[in-house]
Amino acid sequence: MADNSSSNAYWKANIQTILVFLVIWFVCSFGFGILLRPMLAGIGIGGTDLGFWFAQQGSILVFLVLIFAYAFRMNKLDREHGVDE
Amino acid sequence: MDQFVLNLIVVGATFALYIGIAIWARAGSTAEFYAAGQGVHPVLNGMATGADWMSAASFISMAGIIAFGGYDTSAYLMGWTGGYVLLAMLLAPYLRKFGKFTVPEFIGDRFYSQAARTVAVVCLIIASITYVIGQMTGVGVAFSRFLEVSNTTGLFIGAAIVFMYAVLGGMKGITYTQVAQYVVLIIAYTIPAVFISLNLTGNPIPALGLFSNDVSTGAPILSTLEGLVTDLGFKSYLEQSDTTLNMFLFTVSLMIGTAGLPHVIVRFFTVPKVADARSSAGWALVFIALLYLTAPAVGAMARLNLINTFYPNGVDGQALSLAEIEAGQDASGADLEWVNNWAKTGLLTFDDKNGDGLITYVGNADANELTVNRDIIVLANPEIARLPGWVIALVAAGGLAAALSTAAGLLMAISSAVSHDLIKGQINPNISEKGELMAARVAMAVAIAVATYLGLNPPGFAAQTVALAFGLAAASIFPALMMGIFSKKVNNVGAVAGMLAGLLTTVVYIFLHKGWFFIADTASFSDADPLLLSIKSTSFGAVGAAINFAVAFIVSSITKPVPANVVELVESIRVPKGAGAATGH
Repeated sequence: MADNSSSNAYWKANIQTILVFLVIWFVCSFGFGILLRPMLAGIGIGGTDLGFWFAQQGSILVFLVLIFAYAFRMNKLDREHGVDE
Repeated sequence: MDQFVLNLIVVGATFALYIGIAIWARAGSTAEFYAAGQGVHPVLNGMATGADWMSAASFISMAGIIAFGGYDTSAYLMGWTGGYVLLAMLLAPYLRKFGKFTVPEFIGDRFYSQAARTVAVVCLIIASITYVIGQMTGVGVAFSRFLEVSNTTGLFIGAAIVFMYAVLGGMKGITYTQVAQYVVLIIAYTIPAVFISLNLTGNPIPALGLFSNDVSTGAPILSTLEGLVTDLGFKSYLEQSDTTLNMFLFTVSLMIGTAGLPHVIVRFFTVPKVADARSSAGWALVFIALLYLTAPAVGAMARLNLINTFYPNGVDGQALSLAEIEAGQDASGADLEWVNNWAKTGLLTFDDKNGDGLITYVGNADANELTVNRDIIVLANPEIARLPGWVIALVAAGGLAAALSTAAGLLMAISSAVSHDLIKGQINPNISEKGELMAARVAMAVAIAVATYLGLNPPGFAAQTVALAFGLAAASIFPALMMGIFSKKVNNVGAVAGMLAGLLTTVVYIFLHKGWFFIADTASFSDADPLLLSIKSTSFGAVGAAINFAVAFIVSSITKPVPANVVELVESIRVPKGAGAATGH
């Protein structure tokens, strides 16, 4: 295991990353797909509105990007803090 | 060639492939039986996870639920994919670093308590068995159609095949078999969808076709569909009818249930490195998204085709007549044999109540004369769209692949919980490897028997039963794992109290709605009772999880703090460095 100060900083950076990603995750699914759908009602797409598209398509695409972006960012963090395998 | 023979050939060929792989990769040692030796590449692991994950609920049931529920059912789409984000960021890498085989092992070690491990085993078994009931429902539907027998007979045949299949190989057999199953199921799902999308919209990609224009009328297919369903008095396809609170909680339940289901988490124990655990979750979602982005198109287009079939002259014209159904084709000569075939299974029924010789399909329950079980939509979809026979056979094979792979993965999780965590971990630590494998197989047999028995009267359509299982996992296992990784304060007593509180409130809430042990007469509430804020039983997992967290933190704060060696354990799982291979001892 790396020394404690380094792993503490690593953990803090990890938590920060997770929080940012979770905000995007929430806004693009629960937000645009459910809670904010009325606000997107004016933006039409193929016979319905953008909120419907986010609920049935867009959220899934965002999830995909988020996971790979997280994996990429963490690999970098692992190396920076010397905790990679 | 006769459709029945074609079904048998295609389904038989895929089965021979899976069983061949299972025998080729037969598990030798217990380590291989549980976790496939950890040599699985992230992309292959992602595919296998996809097959493990996409069950009868995703393949057979979900698009049918969407076809009839419209926008309200988006929770299934977001819930069953969004959970992977949580899995990749909040659980998988740390559990991989921990480096043991099973979820109860982690909970037992982190909460330094055999009681916690036992409670985790109980939670896991309850959630997994409920899940298997949903699979059995789906297997029953698929077998009843392609063997042309009643739904109950189909269920028994399916149970026998699942048993033989799951007992044959361990996880290693299953990992490679599941890669094959993924390939079969994704081809079977997308081919008919591509054909139907091309026919309706001219766009070969169903996810884009869904938002395109109908080639015959030039209007967007979603607005055409919306017009038809509202004209016939069904609920709106595009607007929200469910309460926002219920839809929100349902999505949360499915997401955190995804991240808490043991048969999925176990997959991430089998990758070589911590970094691979993160990317494996991404690859799994890539392969899952291929189906999930297609499903809403399948649902909407199937509903459109279904309505058009029963109103060959448009919804303002004359409905389909009984004579046309009996003749097996409508006035224009379009094939209707599928209606009679599905009627044999008892999952599609029609009854000319008013004796006018026509089958009226409308939203008003008193006037409606056609009932279509939602679980048949995907399997019947190629027939409704009049696609060639080999496509129909392929879809049957895909549905069975989905149901079998998930049932096998769940049965592995159940059997390892019983043999490894309960018997070897607690009751008899000196059990031989042979004895442990034997116990695992007996546990599988018992689990299948229970699930088959309960599957005879399932609490809902396959995807709804599976949603209940997710609620149970969400309320019990997910919070315990989260607190185990992200908190150094939650202790043994807190974790046990939290899991029990989450599990029990959710089980009771489900039984109050679905009947005790799913015996419908004993239910006290119907779903969406305003007294209970219209929160359906499928959505309660999110509330159960909140109760779990709250109880765990409160109880931990008034009992002894976590000992120093366990705090060290938590710190070590938070950094990837030093993750060796997983060990069972």
